[in-house]
Amino acid sequence: MSASTDTPLLRIRDLKVAFDTQKGSREVLHGINLELYPGETLAIVGESGSGKSTTASAIVNLLPGTGHVTAGSITLDGQELTGLTEGQMEKIRGREIGYVPQDPMSNLNPVWSIGFQVKEAIRANGLATGRKEIEARAVEVLQQAGLADASKRLHQYPHQFSGGMRQRALIGIGLAADPKLLIADEPTSALDVTVQRVILDHLASLTKEKGTSVLLITHDLGLAAERAEKIIVMQNGEIVEAGPSREILENPLHPYTKKLVAAAPSIASQRIQAVHERQGIETSEDIAGIPPTVSVRDLTKDYKIRQGQFRSIPFRAVDAVSFDIPKGKTLALVGESGSGKSTVAKMVLKLEDVTSGSIAIDGVDISSLSGRETLALRRRMQPVFQDPYGSMDPLRNIGNTISEPLDIHGVGDKGSRQERVLELLDQVSLPRELATRYPNELSGGQRQRVAIARALALKPDIVVLDEAVSALDVLVQDQILKLLAELQSELDLTYLFITHDLAVVRVAADLVCVMEKGKLVEQGTVDEIFANPQQEYTERLLQAIPGVSIALGGRSA
Amino acid sequence: MSGDTSATHYVAPIKDGTIAVDVVKIAEKPSNLWRDAWADMRRRPMFWISMVIVLVVLLMALWPTLFTQTPPNSNCQLSDSNGGPAAGHPLGFTFQGCDIYARTVWGARTSVSVGLIATIIGSVIGLIMGALAGFYGGWLDGLLSRVGDIFFSIPYILAAVVVMSVFAQFRNVFTLAFAIGGFAWASTARVVRAEVLRVRQADFVMASRALGKSRFGTLIAHVIPNAIAPLLVVTTLSLAAAIVAEATLSFLGVGLGSDTMSWGNDISQAQQSLRVAPMALIYPSIALTITVLAFIMLGELVRDALDPRARARR
Amino acid sequence: MVGYILKRLLQVIPVFIGATLLIYFLVFAMPGDPIAALFGDKQPSKQLHDALVAQYHLDQPFIVQYWYYLTGIFRGDMGTTFSGRSVNDVLAATLPVTGRLAVMAIGIEFTLAIIIGTFSALRKGKIFDNTMLVISLIFISLPIFVIAFLAQYFLAVKLQWFSPTVGATNDWGDMWLPAIVLGLSLYAVSMRLMRGSVIDTLNQDWVRTAYSKGLPRRRVIPVHVLRNSLIPVITNSATNFGVLLVGATVTEGIFNIPGVGNTLFQAIRQHEGSTVVSFVTVFVIIYVLVNLVVDMLYGLLDPRIRYVR
Repeated sequence: MSASTDTPLLRIRDLKVAFDTQKGSREVLHGINLELYPGETLAIVGESGSGKSTTASAIVNLLPGTGHVTAGSITLDGQELTGLTEGQMEKIRGREIGYVPQDPMSNLNPVWSIGFQVKEAIRANGLATGRKEIEARAVEVLQQAGLADASKRLHQYPHQFSGGMRQRALIGIGLAADPKLLIADEPTSALDVTVQRVILDHLASLTKEKGTSVLLITHDLGLAAERAEKIIVMQNGEIVEAGPSREILENPLHPYTKKLVAAAPSIASQRIQAVHERQGIETSEDIAGIPPTVSVRDLTKDYKIRQGQFRSIPFRAVDAVSFDIPKGKTLALVGESGSGKSTVAKMVLKLEDVTSGSIAIDGVDISSLSGRETLALRRRMQPVFQDPYGSMDPLRNIGNTISEPLDIHGVGDKGSRQERVLELLDQVSLPRELATRYPNELSGGQRQRVAIARALALKPDIVVLDEAVSALDVLVQDQILKLLAELQSELDLTYLFITHDLAVVRVAADLVCVMEKGKLVEQGTVDEIFANPQQEYTERLLQAIPGVSIALGGRSA
Repeated sequence: MSGDTSATHYVAPIKDGTIAVDVVKIAEKPSNLWRDAWADMRRRPMFWISMVIVLVVLLMALWPTLFTQTPPNSNCQLSDSNGGPAAGHPLGFTFQGCDIYARTVWGARTSVSVGLIATIIGSVIGLIMGALAGFYGGWLDGLLSRVGDIFFSIPYILAAVVVMSVFAQFRNVFTLAFAIGGFAWASTARVVRAEVLRVRQADFVMASRALGKSRFGTLIAHVIPNAIAPLLVVTTLSLAAAIVAEATLSFLGVGLGSDTMSWGNDISQAQQSLRVAPMALIYPSIALTITVLAFIMLGELVRDALDPRARARR
Repeated sequence: MVGYILKRLLQVIPVFIGATLLIYFLVFAMPGDPIAALFGDKQPSKQLHDALVAQYHLDQPFIVQYWYYLTGIFRGDMGTTFSGRSVNDVLAATLPVTGRLAVMAIGIEFTLAIIIGTFSALRKGKIFDNTMLVISLIFISLPIFVIAFLAQYFLAVKLQWFSPTVGATNDWGDMWLPAIVLGLSLYAVSMRLMRGSVIDTLNQDWVRTAYSKGLPRRRVIPVHVLRNSLIPVITNSATNFGVLLVGATVTEGIFNIPGVGNTLFQAIRQHEGSTVVSFVTVFVIIYVLVNLVVDMLYGLLDPRIRYVR
């Protein structure tokens, strides 16, 4: 890559993009400016709807639906990209600009083998001709991407790969032609946290080696700061702040950026840890005096997985897990996918049967309860689930949804139930008019607030939050976590908080249990675990938090 | 709006004081799936055209005398055989000298009643079987699905042929409707089962159970109302199919008796004089086709209105 | 894949037994004399009556009757028709004819459905698409015998492009008109399904990724869109086959083609109950077998079935 570092490789000037809707043209990008120099990595950070992905798609003219560029210019190495014909654009795509998409499952065609999809990229970009050469090049591409047994893997299909392997294949395809620019649109958001770090490290070393410029799209400010030299922050189709990563993190100037820096869990967690370490760590002894509300001992869950027509093998989803949740505290169950954390939550809620072990609420073993006693128990223990778009019956209005627990348990009469619904809406800071509206009129964060209101209707003691904030944007997530903290202190609630995000654990929990493949790996107070992890897996999870290598005080690499 | 981001640290001009997060926007009118669907359908002219046709046909079925005073069967004079249009007989005469227009009007009653009853039978059975199989799963699902597969593997018109051939003494509307509906339920059941399976996964079903509602209560209160949408589409399309089925069976000779007025019968009888007087065949065909067309259009419109993905396909 | 095939085969057997049992039950387990029912308004001679009682083992309990019937089918003995010929003989003569008709009709149906469906989807919302949708709506609403009569009248009688009936010479070339009629009656549903499938596939993420690799449209559409879109259409053709069987019965009757459908058609018309039952059973067996074959085909087309993780 011989271009001097004075001229930018990619230059975007006053870019405007609009979509055609039934009601006319709707502008989504209002004039974007950016410059990317050769060999540099630039991150665009924003929440959903900020326009970051739209900007990336506009560069390669792959805007979805009716999107089109209405004004502005995009130049790659001096060549103007807007206004190119489709045929000309085809030559640029793959060869000059590579693209790595977000979701590895849906971005690979399930009916063709991986090798087929790699080879067609090689063939289309003129990298090799003749069957043998193309095959050899394909093997090379996959090997470079970090896939072992590359020649065997060529014949396999996407569904036979794990998520991380698929993403490697996509990265390999994106870099196959050694493009000058690689656009990576949330390349690891769909993957487990430990896999994320490995893949991003690999991507960084590949692009360093080849001198590729990278445009990294992400919603995580910590990840952006760690992986990119420069950051651009976008909101509502505009750039609100831009500059070197360090600068942005340590000295944000725009109010929106300040909010992001304050709220992003990956960064906030470093800060909070730093503060706690200075003040003195809370240890398990400090908490030992508080009586446990939830007591779990040797909890085990076995499933039978069907293999073929007749056989079924047992699968141990949860293996002898034990923990206590003291009254008024928050215990986080953290683990990657398949760790069994959600299964534990469902067993505590009595939505799944226990294979062995015991769960005691205030000393009473819940498996020994009769039907009526179980119903009474449910009044004291309520869930909030992950998917804000699925946790409410779309055919019931908000008021009915919130009052349903009151109906089921026969609490009060119609008038008092209505009163309670309005009271709850106030408590979660939602306008009272929403009682007659329907879930599809609300945003994700607002629906979660309704779900929380519903959970509080019966004045429970325990709330089980199963990935309750995982599907929300960063600022909304922060709002909900603050709301939950307020409610906890106001109403003396005990929380069981399930999450895959260790950074959120730091922000939101007092105690933490780390789970891996059904087993409890380590547990303790959050302070302890973050300061002195004992197990290797815990250490890996902590290292995987994006931004951890940026020394903001507290943990450093 | 431009800013020079090549400078070291660029900040956009700050517009107003606080940055609001997640503002609640309340639309003018409340909206949920059914309200939105109705608003969508109301706007489409095809909806109104189909509704008008359906209403006209229903009126014809209930009160044929509103449309014609001519008795369709009793006044047939062979001297009029295959005659063209005449005063008071706008569509001409059949082979046996009956008034085509009158027979066409009276034929609506048969087709609509068989269609309606067959569809009700099929939909009710399909709903119950599909919902139970989808919701409770396990061995019940296995059993009901197997039963459904068995009924599904006999094309329902052929099954109706067998039934009507064997029960030749009982050629009436109910037997025919049972013969059709009693076999056509299998495809409805599959659709309901698939939708119930999908809804069952949703978190709000789990939430309902966690609140303390019984499984059966959750099925009735939450799962079935959310699974109804495709059932509505299938029912409308089934109605069209049942009307065609009656006509086909009558055409084959195993529908209602040959002296019953039905569009299928008329078309079948008009076959022999096709070359000489095709109108005796064409007019009942038009009536049949337009009726079926109206129901199918309605079914498609309902599907488009209820399924957001279908809207993307328009 | 082998597991999938075995599973499907195992599922077919109870369905097959259940279906034949159901038909048998409808005929023979109902109150009254089944022989009289099968004869309709005709009166059998005492000789014939007794012969049939013996043939169907009507003096035995129902389940035993069914057992004889079922083993008979597996032995290849499907009984005799009303007129005394064995069903097998009739099948040998008529099955090839119907086979030809079916192949032609399906060929017409798929060719039209795939081509028109794809182009409609690619030009969604434009004039071509809307016109094709309206035409397909009309074809869905027209019952097959109406299509047949209209075709017979306008294309054969008036315009004389084809002969109005087929009759004894039923080679490939003679059956164009009935094949077109049958194919058109099936085409509409398949075309809409193809259209919907292509539109859905066009929205999939992997299509955008394919473009981002630098692939031209002329490769992306056939390789990454059509190949995936065909899968639901092919699996649907199994259910559609039932419609084909009924359609063949009607079409062969109207155009006087000496196939299996026509035999059934005549038997129905003439109230020959036992023949009707035998041939409906034949159709059901064919339908179940075709469903099995299509399932196998689906297993081949979708690697997720072929290679279980």
